[in-house]
Amino acid sequence: MGTIEVNGKTLETDEEGYLTTLDDWTEEVGNFLAKQENVELTPNHWEVINFLREYYTEFQIAPAVRVLTKSIGKKLGADKGNSQYLYELFPYGPAKQACKIAGLPKPTGCV
Amino acid sequence: MEGVVKKFMFVNRKAPYGTIYALESLEVVLISAAFDQDVSLAFLDDGVYQLKKGQQTKGIETKNFSPTYRALEGYDIEKLYVEKEALEARGLSEDDLLVDVTVLSRAEMGALMEEQDVVLSF
Amino acid sequence: MLHIINKSPLERNTLDACLAVAQEGATLLLIEDAVTAASRGNAAEARLRQVQGRFKVCVLQPDLDARGLGDRLSEGITSVDYGGFVDLVANNKNCQSWL
Repeated sequence: MGTIEVNGKTLETDEEGYLTTLDDWTEEVGNFLAKQENVELTPNHWEVINFLREYYTEFQIAPAVRVLTKSIGKKLGADKGNSQYLYELFPYGPAKQACKIAGLPKPTGCV
Repeated sequence: MEGVVKKFMFVNRKAPYGTIYALESLEVVLISAAFDQDVSLAFLDDGVYQLKKGQQTKGIETKNFSPTYRALEGYDIEKLYVEKEALEARGLSEDDLLVDVTVLSRAEMGALMEEQDVVLSF
Repeated sequence: MLHIINKSPLERNTLDACLAVAQEGATLLLIEDAVTAASRGNAAEARLRQVQGRFKVCVLQPDLDARGLGDRLSEGITSVDYGGFVDLVANNKNCQSWL
């Protein structure tokens, strides 16, 4: 268990820094979490983050990397639906790191 | 072992929320998808309630995991089998279910179970 | 007296065990997976209908909603919320849970 402080608000995280409460997330919180991860967010990053949040809202889980890659490819085109592109955006893993910044729990099956 | 594909069947027999079996099964199914095996999900007895449309869990303050069954297709898990007699005994029909399934009789379900290399019971 | 049943009648025999023992005038409360018994078309529907003159049969609505059965409550069964659950426990002399 840990906490982060964004805009004077204290938000709870788990021991690995994932937000405990989905609804605590705002774009501002996303920016804060990205800074912690040393990721500078560009529109390409936001595309993936927003995709992840939409996926979670629809299915109530964070997708596995393979599923994320495939679905991104379907939605945003093949040039983005590959792991090289996604790892360039999120060096510590499109599922693990992008989910953290998007305020989602760690994907099922990730160790 | 590369290239060896086995037939795995997850047998789901419990209603959701009253016990943890349904959720545990679903989590193992999602993990198993990473291993590129031939995965089938079977819903027998009260397990058919797991796929019932319109689950509203706010009142019991428990996460509604039924939308996740709709994600299975994206995980290439597309073999979902439901026992016909189980639906009938519960006043349910295929239209009451939140995903596309194949409805099988008990006998057909038993035959399919026989074909599996591994059966995981929940 | 209040009898609480929490297992599906198609999974365990606690509903029948309760019906065999409960005395006229008792109240039955179906919660958790037992709420399936109170849904239209369930195999236990007829059994519950038969005993409606002898017992008051109640069901916990939030558990019915969770299982997607909120709109299929069988006739003659009373829906209660958590407040109603507490009232039933408080207003009955004693209570047996058919675990």
